[in-house]
Amino acid sequence: MTIRTRRAVATAAVVGLLPLLAACSGDDAPGEATSSGSPTGEAQLAGTVTLVTHDSFALSDGLLESFEQETGLTVEHVAAGDAGTLVNQLVLTADSPLGDVVFGVDNTFASRAVEAGVFEPYTPADIDPSVTALVGDGLEGLTPIDEGDVCLNVDTAWFEAEGVEPPATFEDLLDPAYRDLTVVANPATSSPGFAMLLATVAEFGEDGWVPYWEDLAANGLKVTEGWSDAYYVDFSGAGEGGARPIVLSYATSPAFTVTEEGDATTTAALLDTCFRQVEYAGVLAGTDNPDGAKALVDFLASAEVQSDVPANMYMYPADATVELPAEWEQFAPQSAEPLEIAPADVAAHRDEWIQQWTTAVIG
Amino acid sequence: MGRTPRPGTGAWLGWGLAAGVPLLFLGVFFAWPVLTLVGQGFLVDDGAGGREVDLSGFVEVLSQERTWRVVGQTLAQASAGTALSVLLGVPGAYVLYRCRFPGRALARGLVTVPFVLPTVVVGVAFRSVLAPDGPLGFLGLEESFVAIVAALVFFNYSVVVRTVGGLWERLDPRAEEAARALGATPWRAFRTVTLPALGPAIASAAAVVFLFCATAFGVVLVLGGMRYGTIETEIWIRTTQFLDLRSAAVLSVLQLVVVTAVLVVSSRLRARREAALHLTSDRSAAHRWRATAADVVPTVVTGVVVAGLLVLPLAGLVARSFRAPDGSWGIDNYVALGTTGGRNALSVTVWEALGNSLRTALLAAAIAVLVGGLVALVVSRRPRSPGLRRAVGGLDAVFMLPLGVSAVTVGFGFLLTLDEPLGFDVDLRTSGLLVPIAQAVVAIPLVVRTVLPVLRAIDPRLREAAATLGGSPGRVLRTVDVPLAARSLGLAVGFAFAVSLGEFGATSFLARPDTATLPVVIYRLIGLPGAENYGMALAASVVLAVLTASVMMVAERLRGDAGGGEF
Repeated sequence: MTIRTRRAVATAAVVGLLPLLAACSGDDAPGEATSSGSPTGEAQLAGTVTLVTHDSFALSDGLLESFEQETGLTVEHVAAGDAGTLVNQLVLTADSPLGDVVFGVDNTFASRAVEAGVFEPYTPADIDPSVTALVGDGLEGLTPIDEGDVCLNVDTAWFEAEGVEPPATFEDLLDPAYRDLTVVANPATSSPGFAMLLATVAEFGEDGWVPYWEDLAANGLKVTEGWSDAYYVDFSGAGEGGARPIVLSYATSPAFTVTEEGDATTTAALLDTCFRQVEYAGVLAGTDNPDGAKALVDFLASAEVQSDVPANMYMYPADATVELPAEWEQFAPQSAEPLEIAPADVAAHRDEWIQQWTTAVIG
Repeated sequence: MGRTPRPGTGAWLGWGLAAGVPLLFLGVFFAWPVLTLVGQGFLVDDGAGGREVDLSGFVEVLSQERTWRVVGQTLAQASAGTALSVLLGVPGAYVLYRCRFPGRALARGLVTVPFVLPTVVVGVAFRSVLAPDGPLGFLGLEESFVAIVAALVFFNYSVVVRTVGGLWERLDPRAEEAARALGATPWRAFRTVTLPALGPAIASAAAVVFLFCATAFGVVLVLGGMRYGTIETEIWIRTTQFLDLRSAAVLSVLQLVVVTAVLVVSSRLRARREAALHLTSDRSAAHRWRATAADVVPTVVTGVVVAGLLVLPLAGLVARSFRAPDGSWGIDNYVALGTTGGRNALSVTVWEALGNSLRTALLAAAIAVLVGGLVALVVSRRPRSPGLRRAVGGLDAVFMLPLGVSAVTVGFGFLLTLDEPLGFDVDLRTSGLLVPIAQAVVAIPLVVRTVLPVLRAIDPRLREAAATLGGSPGRVLRTVDVPLAARSLGLAVGFAFAVSLGEFGATSFLARPDTATLPVVIYRLIGLPGAENYGMALAASVVLAVLTASVMMVAERLRGDAGGGEF
């Protein structure tokens, strides 16, 4: 077991820890930490780096192993639950971090973690401008790793069979023609559900989004606890016998409903209803192994991992220069103009918005 | 009431150790984390860099109307779920433990299956049946109280069947036969002789089931939405989604109050009814199934429950698991279990996850049986001094608490305390060892509740006789307690193993991906789009179900008298 090595590392760290802690708690300008982010000399890397992620993190076999061989580091991976649970665990353990690097904090939760002082700012030296463009306001010092759109999906086959034109926008869903046809996940219990709430805030503004949801509820909206029971029980397009042809899902979902011939898909994402989630990696403040941690973030941002993201994490790589799987190019385009809310606004209003939503929709 | 002979110094040391080890275990892995987390909710910055206690959260949360609605719903759902589980479970215990018929071992294995199925799979399966287009959609039970209670009974039926059955099959039938000989009808004989004797086991099972029902959260969320929230779902949402530790702490205290009240009531009920029973250690208590009213009625009840409530949803699951992604029938989903999923959804294959589950469960069951066995042993004694007697009763109740406290509270509490447990420089939070420990904490109450009714029912005169004949305390234990308890110990091992196989709440945020267990893998698969992944999740659930049923059957065969050729 690696417990023994961890203990050795920890003991060794105690000796050298005091000056390090002093450096951490001091008011280092983020810029300074950033500039020290040149690729670390591989020779001096050693020890263990613990990577804390949400449950959906995965890489192809052998990728992490080759990183370990190249750097001499040992990577331990801890999956800490869904995205919200992960962030709240990090905030709770800010004084005694669960690991050295985190991946999977997204733009709907990141501000909370930044405010709690969870991260030590660090940006890899050479990343593509497309990646830098994804860093949200107030989230400097985090490294975007992937992104994805949460959008309404429609069962195009159902609409064709019924001879009804599918909806295209949020407004359309209020049309009586689409009564009792929509199912979404609850924002209080599911991260795509919360993403849709944010999309409507962006679309209808602070004053308009609550009335919109009230109208939507009046038009026969159905709300489930999570994405999977909306998609597999209620959605007609999943092949499981559901009754509703409009579901909250992802822009990539149509790539999973490709016909047997492989030339068409039976569902489509409504690209005017998308909220873009960006997932970040960051160095955890108080890490025992800052050099190793930075090297691991560099690795996550590297072309090697970026091109591995779609197949393993079902997200688009943050680096726009990386090639996408063929069926994604064809069936799962991203929204050209995703709806956005600044991370700081999300952090300031999250609880209040979810309360308002619950009052408006659940009652 | 019998009395234990006055112990000597050696015995004192032994009993002290037997009580101390479990208390230390529970203190480090349950009380400390929970109290630390709840404490966080009541501490605020005092403005001068320190922390001060602030209990205003109580006023705020307790003055909300929603809080009381949630408490009412929790009590209503748990009471209905418990009452139905007991009403249906007692006939089941009779049929499966007092009657002999072909296929009984299989039926016993089958009823335990729901107990370990991942809640998300069960939730989706129940919803598929109840959705407007589903086979039972016409009943209009979607998002209803009835649906939630049905699911709670589905999960907990086996707890009653097995706990009550475990005692019933050991019960000397002569008392009931005597009543019959004196002219009592079978019903009257059952009511006046057998039912009181089963009282402690029924109270035991009911307490466990109530705690499971009161703290169920996955299935309540899936089947009831926000409308049927319970204290547990509120704690979960406020902790994991909002990090509102203040409200969560108040709700945790509220939950603890409810749980403690239940434990007090159930222990009163037990104490009043508890008496030394005549237990037999041979198998004569079970009779061949007869076509009399006494056998037919419970059999019909059990048949309806097993077929309607258990087999129907399970059969749907099994059938669907054999449908290939393209809609045809075949074993594609099972073949795929050897892979890491459609487009590499997992970091381990399902078979590897199964291996992890088995290893973890073995360790968890060993810990739970060791600790729980010690607790049951200590609690089964009735010391002379009233103070000691109260202490023993308290020990019993304390070990039930883990069933009544939210898994999220325990899990988040681990994060705050186990970075350097007791000053040891081992970060347990990220070590693979914590998963079996967390599972054992949940399994210990089940072990205690399974073994205790049998241990308590042993006539103390047996022990006294053994002691008078010169047996040392250890020898009395070996010759009297262990053989009689062995059968229930087998069941307890099976239960602990099953709990561990199915546990998800704590495991989900403690498991490391390379040691992901089967339920964790199933959650991951069902959370991804793609027919392959969904099919794999169902096939993996079936594997988990078959494994559980087999484990339970083996556990029953291993209970002591290996020579028994009954099956």
